[in-house]
Amino acid sequence: MSGLVLDRLEVRAKGKMIVALTAVVKPGEVLTIMGPSGSGKSTALAAIIGTLGPEFSLSGRLVLDGRDVTGLPTRARGVGILFQDDVLFPHLSVGGNLAFALPPALQGRKARRAAVEAALAKAGLAGFADRDPATLSGGERARVALMRTLLAEPGALLLDEPFSRLDAGLRDRIRTFVLDLIRAERIPAVLVTHQPEDARAAGGRIIDPQGRPVQAGP
Amino acid sequence: MTADGALRFAPRLTLLLMAVPVIAGLAGTLRPAFEAGSVARLLDWPGLPRAMALSMGTGIASTVLALALTLGLVAALQGGRLFTLILRLLSPLLAVPHAAAALGLAFLLAPSGWIARALSPWATGWTQPPDLLILNDPAGLALTAGLVLKEVPFLLLILIAALPQADAPRRLMLMASLGYGRVAGWMLSVLPAVWPQMRPAVYAVLAYSMTAVDMAIVLGPALPPTLSAQLVLWMTSPDLSIHPVAAAGALVQLGLVLAALALLRGAETGLARLGCRLALTGIRGIRADRWLAPVVGGAGLLVVLLMAGSLAGLALWSFAGPWVFPDAWPQHLELDAWARAAPGLGPAALETLLLAALSTALATGLVLSCLEAEARFGLKPGGGALWLLWLPLIMPQVAFLPGLAELALRTGAEGSTGAVAAAHLVFVLPYVFLSLAAPWRAWDPRLAVAGAALGATPGRIFWRLRLPMLLRPILTAAAVGFAVSVGQYLPTLLIGGGRVTTLTTEAVALSSGGNRRIIGTYAMLQLALPLLAFALALALPAALFRNRTGMRPGA
Repeated sequence: MSGLVLDRLEVRAKGKMIVALTAVVKPGEVLTIMGPSGSGKSTALAAIIGTLGPEFSLSGRLVLDGRDVTGLPTRARGVGILFQDDVLFPHLSVGGNLAFALPPALQGRKARRAAVEAALAKAGLAGFADRDPATLSGGERARVALMRTLLAEPGALLLDEPFSRLDAGLRDRIRTFVLDLIRAERIPAVLVTHQPEDARAAGGRIIDPQGRPVQAGP
Repeated sequence: MTADGALRFAPRLTLLLMAVPVIAGLAGTLRPAFEAGSVARLLDWPGLPRAMALSMGTGIASTVLALALTLGLVAALQGGRLFTLILRLLSPLLAVPHAAAALGLAFLLAPSGWIARALSPWATGWTQPPDLLILNDPAGLALTAGLVLKEVPFLLLILIAALPQADAPRRLMLMASLGYGRVAGWMLSVLPAVWPQMRPAVYAVLAYSMTAVDMAIVLGPALPPTLSAQLVLWMTSPDLSIHPVAAAGALVQLGLVLAALALLRGAETGLARLGCRLALTGIRGIRADRWLAPVVGGAGLLVVLLMAGSLAGLALWSFAGPWVFPDAWPQHLELDAWARAAPGLGPAALETLLLAALSTALATGLVLSCLEAEARFGLKPGGGALWLLWLPLIMPQVAFLPGLAELALRTGAEGSTGAVAAAHLVFVLPYVFLSLAAPWRAWDPRLAVAGAALGATPGRIFWRLRLPMLLRPILTAAAVGFAVSVGQYLPTLLIGGGRVTTLTTEAVALSSGGNRRIIGTYAMLQLALPLLAFALALALPAALFRNRTGMRPGA
């Protein structure tokens, strides 16, 4: 079965249940986990990406495209992540950032360069490969970050409040760009946010970290 | 063993490499002290009480002065222009080896030194160098001054590094809003927060100041010298029968250091209690600011001036032609001294470079392995590990290096470059670790998560992301280690068995001869190597990442 399955994925700390998620996210769908800070959002995120600290205990399963990835390290899960900030690598060029994400199976300098150029063109950033990421605008950086995540060919995408640091005007455009790409590439995605506006735009189910449905306002 | 398993073992291996030489050396040094008659013979030495008093006196006085000046500078002046100026001038002085600083100060203070020349004959009336014991004075004042000059930059940088965790600006603002004076507010609110991180450094400074041998030889009194300087004379004496006496002396020196450390600990507790009681009185200490700021500012500038004068004096002497007293400037400049010194300088510089490169490379590799293991396996170093790291810096060198030298002699390693480099490692590694740990741990962990989510292995994250992004602090830490190795005197002398000659051992050996031009060349080169290392540590990342705005300092 394709898509991301959260099968009674539960996280406890000192016996207290912090996260309890059961959901199926189909390709191209966005599941939103919403709640105020301290509600367990970042713990849910860490459970899905695989960076839970030793103070937490995890039960249940995370299944991606029929493959149980619960016990796998972050790099082997096939789950991509977009952070609140772009988290571009400052020592690499824009092209270097994208090439870092390309799977090693794609061989040959020319082929890899072409893949990078194609990704940049898709994001409206043709010719940006040799640029210093620090010289890009906020919107350009956000798009590079998304393309970098997609180039690693993730089976699912995790969005960690990726729009909350952007200006109001830019926010709508980047959000549309990201959500459209998710639908077009048919990637199951989980959006973690505290903004009802983002949750509504995502258009999927909205739950809190304990799995209860949430109403995303008017 | 897999690479992962080896990495997991790195922190324990590193701590063993620090602790074993110190403990084995200590045992080896002190054992002969218990031979029959050793202690009695030591007690028969008439110089003992005075040598002990000198060790205690110069060590405690210089530590108290250096600490008071450091705390005063930050408390009274931080944030101001004078402070920025002093900090900027003092930071590079951290790279100055102890021996070079001591020799430079000696050239400045001596009766025939630069200060006397500048003031003669118009102010002093001297046409001949006066017969005054300004240098090597029996009370150890020149030695104390030298130690203060060398320790203020060190303590200042340790304090500056600890400040961000103390949330100082907000605490100070709060204290000011309650009506407290600057210095009083700082001492009552910031000092308690930074002290735990400063404590090991202060202990190390105290132990080092009490037992420094190279500085004591150059600046300290002679008959008797400080206890440690006398011990080294005995230990390197061809008369083997005196060695057990030296061992008994090492035991006394260790006891003195431990007593001084206990005294410091007691003073800490007492002052903390006094501070708490003072805080309850509500005294705002406004008036203290008025006289403290100019006093510490002036003292800070004096430290900068003396150091700058010392280093300039070294340089000038190495190029000086005929220079008779009381002229303030030589008749002309020439390269004769350099030409005459060259045959000895070359090999000594090469040996220095080799030792520093070896010990620094090894130390940097080990420290990176420790920090990477910590990050990769979520290890949390306990307080015990930190103290083990400081152990070689707090333990008096004369108490464990002789035992280590004997061990080297018995295994046939004595006198080899490898053995001396291994001994340097014990002192280089703690400094590399202490300089690198903070920037390493401050690296944004999301960068590693981003890399892992893109499919990168831990190895790829280390080599392609963390290492290049932290290149500047890594190279700076390596430069610190390099400078520490270049400055090592006693380990080189004792483990090298007199057969390993570096710029430092040679400069100290020459100091008694009094050929200032030749001494100047050795000290200049000893100074140049660390400065070169620091210049490289700044230039290399700047060149590599010249097109990366996000990699600039402070970005």
